[in-house]
Formats: sequence, C-alpha cells, structure tokens
Amino acid sequence: MLSYILRRIVATLPVMAIVALFVFSLLYIAPGDPAVVIAGDQASPEDVERIRQSLGLDRPFLVQFGSWVWRILHGDLGTSIFTNLPVSAMIGQRLGPTLSLMIVTLLLTIVVAVPLGVVAAWKAGSLIDRVIMGFAVFGFSLPVFVVGYMLAYIFALELEWLPVQGYTPLTQGFWPWLENLILPAVALGCVYIALVARITRAAMLEVLQQDYIRTAKAKGLGQGGILFIHALKNAAVPIVTVIGIGIALLIGGAVVTESVFAIPGLGRLTIDAILRRDYPVIQGIVLLFSFVYVLVNLMIDVVYTLVDPRIRY
Amino acid sequence: MSENLLRIDDLHVAFSTRRGMVEAVRGVTFTVKAGEMLGLVGESGSGKSVTGFATTRLLDAAGRVTGGRILFRGQDVTKLRGDDLRQLQGAAMSMIFQNPRAALNPIRAIGLQIADAILTHKRISKDAARAEALDLLRAVQIRDPEQRMNAYPHELSGGMCQRVMIAIAISCNPALLIADEPTTGLDVTTQKVVMDLLADIAAARGMATILITHDLGLAARYCRRIAVMERGRIVEEASPSTLFSAPQHAYTRRLVAASPTATSRIEDLVTEEERERYTAVLGKPRPALAHGTPPLLEVRKLAKRFDQGSAAVADFSMTMAGGESVGLVGESGSGKSTTSRMICRLIDPSEGDIVFDGHSIGHVAARDFHRSPLRKNIQMVFQDPNESLNPRFTAFDCIAHPLMRLDGMRAGDALRKRVEECAQRVGLPLDLLPRFPHQLSGGQKARVGIARAIACRPRLLVLDEPTAALDVSVQAVVLQLLDRLRRENDIALLFVSHDLNVVRMLCDRTIVLRNGGIVEQGESRALFDNPKTDYTRKLVEAIPHIETGPTLAAAL
Repeated sequence: MLSYILRRIVATLPVMAIVALFVFSLLYIAPGDPAVVIAGDQASPEDVERIRQSLGLDRPFLVQFGSWVWRILHGDLGTSIFTNLPVSAMIGQRLGPTLSLMIVTLLLTIVVAVPLGVVAAWKAGSLIDRVIMGFAVFGFSLPVFVVGYMLAYIFALELEWLPVQGYTPLTQGFWPWLENLILPAVALGCVYIALVARITRAAMLEVLQQDYIRTAKAKGLGQGGILFIHALKNAAVPIVTVIGIGIALLIGGAVVTESVFAIPGLGRLTIDAILRRDYPVIQGIVLLFSFVYVLVNLMIDVVYTLVDPRIRY
Repeated sequence: MSENLLRIDDLHVAFSTRRGMVEAVRGVTFTVKAGEMLGLVGESGSGKSVTGFATTRLLDAAGRVTGGRILFRGQDVTKLRGDDLRQLQGAAMSMIFQNPRAALNPIRAIGLQIADAILTHKRISKDAARAEALDLLRAVQIRDPEQRMNAYPHELSGGMCQRVMIAIAISCNPALLIADEPTTGLDVTTQKVVMDLLADIAAARGMATILITHDLGLAARYCRRIAVMERGRIVEEASPSTLFSAPQHAYTRRLVAASPTATSRIEDLVTEEERERYTAVLGKPRPALAHGTPPLLEVRKLAKRFDQGSAAVADFSMTMAGGESVGLVGESGSGKSTTSRMICRLIDPSEGDIVFDGHSIGHVAARDFHRSPLRKNIQMVFQDPNESLNPRFTAFDCIAHPLMRLDGMRAGDALRKRVEECAQRVGLPLDLLPRFPHQLSGGQKARVGIARAIACRPRLLVLDEPTAALDVSVQAVVLQLLDRLRRENDIALLFVSHDLNVVRMLCDRTIVLRNGGIVEQGESRALFDNPKTDYTRKLVEAIPHIETGPTLAAAL
C-alpha cells in the first residue's frame, strides 16, 4: 500500500512539471513583452529596462525557467509586483477562508447529495425520486452568483438568520466561523450537490440490479442493510470520482462565491491579481490550485483501493 | 414426512413490459414434502425460475403474483409483509442462484457475507456469528476455512463461490432451499462435487430442496420426482425412470430426445417425426481423403504465456484434415479457449507455429491477421450468441459485414443474395434478417452467429462452446446444423466444449486438455468408452447420465 502511494506520488511529478512549465509560460503567452506588460502603460523605456534586468527577463527562457523552478522548490514563489510582499505570504493569508469554504461545501455536499441519490434510486420512478431529480436539474441550471444573492437576500436580509457577508477565522470560535460560511457553502454547493446526487442515483440503480443485491434480499436483510452496506459501497467508485472532479468545480466556483459574499480568500486574491496583472501572484495561485487538484486525484486513487479489493495496487 | 412443506396452488405470475402484461407463470400447482428434492425442469422462458422467485418473494419489481397461493407451512407467502417476510427469507426458506460469483458481493469478504445472514436472524454477537460462519465454511468443505473467511469472491473459483452461497443459504437451517440452476456454467467435475455436497447437506439436515434446472440428466440424478415446465405450466410430473422410459407429454418427449446421452447420436436428438428429414443428409457419405493429402491445419508445439506465472498452454501439437471435426475438451482453466483463440489468430502464441493449408500463419501478428487472405478461411463461432452479436447491427448487417470486409463485396443485389443464401443454409427465416439481436430468440441468434461465420465459405470453423448458452432443444438443432454444414460443405470443425456428450456425437477425434497440456487424444467414441487416464475418466464419470439417474434416486 505504502509503495503504491509512493509510486503514485512519483507518477504525479511529470504532471506537476508540465503544469509548472505552463504556469511559467503564462507571462510569455500573454501578448507583448513581459517587461512592458509588467511595467504598465505609463512606464518609460528606462523603467521597462530596469524591470527586465531585475526580473532576469534578458536571460534565455530555459535559464529563467530553471531558476524559477529552483526558487519554487525552495518555497519562494516570488514577490508581488503590486504589493512588494512575498507571494507565499499573500497566499498564506488568504488560504484559511478558501480552505474553510471548500471543506464546508464538500462536507455539505456529501451529507446532502449521497443520501438524496440513494433515496432517489431506492424509490426510482416514484414521486420522491422525481422531486429530488427535479431539484437536481434546478441546481444545475442556476449560476452560483444568482443562488448566492438570492440566499443572501432571503436568509440574511429578510429573515436575518445569518450574516450577509464576511468571514470570521476559526480561531474566534466554531459557530461564528460556520455562521459566515453556511450561505456561501450552500450557494457554491448547489451545482455540486445536484451533480453528486445524480451520479449517486445512477450508480445505485446500476448496483441495485446486480445479483448480489438479490442475494442480500434472499438472506432477509433489511432495506437499510441492503442499501448502505451492500449497495452504496459498490456504487462508491463513480461517486468518489465525481466528488473529486467536483473539487475543480469548487475552485472555479470559489472565486465567484468569495466575491458575492465578500470573503477575503484566494478567489478574491486571484481576481485582484488578474486585474492588476500581478503575474507572480497569478502564477503562485495557479500553481497552488494545480497542486491541490493533483493531490485530490491521488487521494481518489487511494480511496478506490480502500473501497474495492479488486483494484490492485 | 407426508406433511406438505410447500404447496403451490394455481400460481400465476405476470410481468409488466413495454408491450403490456406478459404472463410468465400460468397456473402452476405442485407440492414439496419436508426433506425431499424436487426437480423443476424446463427450458428458458418456461417460468421455472420465476416460480422459484415468487416462492422466495424475490421477483423483480416488474413481476407480480396475479393469482393463486403459495402455502409454506400453511401460511400464504404471497401475503406476507415486512418483518414476517424477512423472518421467512433466509431463515425458513433460502435460495441459491446461477452464476455464483455475481451472486456474491464483490467487495465484501465472504466470512462477513455469511455472518450477515446469521446476524439478520439470530441475536448473537459478531464473534459468535463469525465462529458459525467458519463452521459453515467447513461444512461446505472449503479448504483452509480460516484464511478463506477474509477472501473476496474474485479470489475464489466458481465452484468455491457456489459453496459459499450454499453456506449462506443453510446458515439459518432453512426447511426449504431453492436452487436455481446452481451448477450451470460450472465444469462437469465441479458440478458433480457441488451437487453431491448439496444433496448430502440436504439429506443430513432434512432440508427440502427444489432443484431448478434445464438439465434433465442432472435432475434425474438427484431428484426422485421431476416436474417438467413448458411456457408457464407444468406439463408432466413423474419419477425420473418413468419420465425417461415413458414420457407422456409431447414436450417431455422432445426434451428427453434432445438431451444428449452417452450413447446418443446426432440424429437421435429429435423425435421420430422430425428424424426423416435429417436422414437424407446423413445418407451422403463423406468423401474419403486421398492418401498423402497435406493436412489442412498443423499446429506445432504451441505455447502461450500471459504476463506473469506459468504457461496457459504449453507444447500443444495437433493436425486436422479438411472436413474433419476435432473436439477440444477440458475443465475451465485447461487452456482450451486460449488454444482455440491462437489457432483463430485472435491472440498471439508465445511459441510454436501454426500452418494452415501449407502457409505458416503463427507468426503473423494477431492484429494484422485481418489483412491476411487466409482470414476468411478461418472463422469462429463464439460462446454466447447474446453477447457476441453487435446490438446495433441487424441480422442482415451481421452476416453481410464479413462479406464486405473479407470478400470485398459491395452493398447491392449480389450481397443481398449471398446473405439470404447463408441464412437459408443455417435455416434462418429470411423475414428475420432486418431484426436486431434483441428481437431474436437464443436459437435464432446462434444461427446468425453461424451464418456470419460461414458467410465467406471458410475451410476451418472454430467453435468455442457454441451451444453452452442454449436450451437443449435448440442445442440439438444447432448441432445438427453444424454436422450438416460439415458434411455438405466439407468445413473442418474445431469444437471447444466442456460437454463431453456433445463432443462425442459431433467430433471424429477428441483431444483432452488439462492445465494447458494434452492429456489424451484419440477417436472420440473409443476415448470416452475406454479412457486411459484418470483425468479423462473423472470427466466422463461426472456427466450426469440419464441412465444412472433412477438407480441413484432409488438408492436414496
């Protein structure tokens, strides 16, 4: 098992290398001279030249890339052009809120979507199945910001149950932290819940037709035992896959959600960085997200082997 | 003992389908006494399994009991709800199924699966349930039961999986066990071991058993009473000896005739009336081969090694003359399918050579062989006609495809004529040609598969268990068809099968394989009548011969 995980980690290295190359090239793919781009519209040629030299842009591409990778491997993501702060420190400040939002959304999704999908499959074709799937279609079709503003209007402004916007760190107490995250997590989770519920239903329907479910019934097992002990674990592989893929959705969604609910997270930092053309920050964030995504995929593969003994490692 | 344990009264079961309600069981009545084994025999679609599922209340959601009663210990099973039903299922009444590996949860250790059943019905601790599960594994004679407790179904053989299923079924000492095709798909030797075990356990525990099977010979060997079902009704109920010596109903007569026995010939597989048409073909003698004719197929020291481990096939050599039929028999895992696929050039051999009609083809890569001009000379008929036909191709497309690919024919009248001619040769009605596989019966699909294979007029036909998925009456017709094609068109047949009775009838020569090597070979009848090796003898003895049935049943 350990050697399997190690082998998988080694296998992710080329992926990370390609991602790094791509991220680094961002600056060059963008039209124009990077130094001119960074210096901005009103810079004099001397300014541009100064930036070029200070960033080492006059050296060959691969040399630049090599030294960039070298610095990253030592934990140095560079310095923000706009704030002159280290990129790693800027990301570190913003990591907490985004991570909180993603974890709460993920848990909310699993807790809500999987049981909904199971019930829909169990009662396939019934009214309750149609209602659940109807909500799923609804959840798919609504953009995050629409749901976000609607939720904020109803539950924060009208009913005054929850705060409208903002973020409180976990260090200031669990409830204040959670209170601020409920609405953003629901808004962000909508599409995700719909997706996972649908996949759960489909996977469960498939499994419920298998011979071993009939065997479980023949043994006299109760409905709960059949659904959750025998069926759900067999349906887990596609469900886990989609939850993993969904994390990519979350990353994109977090950017929008954080704007709507004024959460000082990475999403906001990303938007600000893009608007200011703060390339080192953009690079750092994209690199981080890619790394998270590769890590998630690795975790999914490990979960597969835990769920299904037939998958060899 | 005279008390009826189960009494089924005028049972009707219907399924709702897209085309409305379809009655699968139409007035079935029978009784089972405590401790007895009843055989419920019929072909696919006869309603025998549906009757079993109705009794254990395991019908699909689409199926409903529309009439009649199922009285188990005087209680109507069809009216049970909730907890009463669950107390019955798996406790007083249990069931084992066809395809045991699929019937076990693939991701749950077998020990847990047995313990599940125990814990559902008994208030005992998990450790106690585990100990009981271990005892049950011993009872079904699984070796190293302590280690097997933690094994998963994919780590066990089919026969072992069925033993685990039996262990689950008997875990709560049921009064009635319904075994639905328990050994279909298992080797003859495994079938014998599993059935013997089941009969012993049933006798030792005084458990009544309903054996649902399509195999009359099997039912005759283990049951004292057999009920024959056809199209949702029981047409005849009798002891095996009466059934075989004096079958009353026309359907039973057909079934008895179609069941291959140790002595039957291909022409015996039909009733008297149908035989006349066939004898005309048989009258035509096969042309004797001129001396010194080179063999059609020569295989030299063929071997196949998969990625790791020992060879699947090693040192396999054989020759075949044109128009000859050779049987390749052995248990599953003996390498017979691997060998046939290498000869068909669907997979590459690791060593050795294959010479077809003077051309060495063993070294042509399997993925390039479709371009070889010899491709159309070697064709294959696959095991399961349901799985091996493209569901999006009509019967016509299916037969026309090889003609277009290998014979370079274009769509048009000539192609249509060839396809129709092929269909006629295999006895496929022409109005079925526009149909898709799911609109055809098993026998019709088998004919499409054969028509496709003979479309390009091959000289060698490799058949991998072509009748294993078919009912005996359909099998009889398909076997006659193959024999006729061989005689009429001089096609050589390489027939891979685990059904020795069928091989004995159809093949001039037989090769017995075990663990990838040849154990014995020779002229079919001589080989089966006087096997030289213990292995062949074990294979032959394991076939449930109809003749041995009554004697064994009488001894019980």
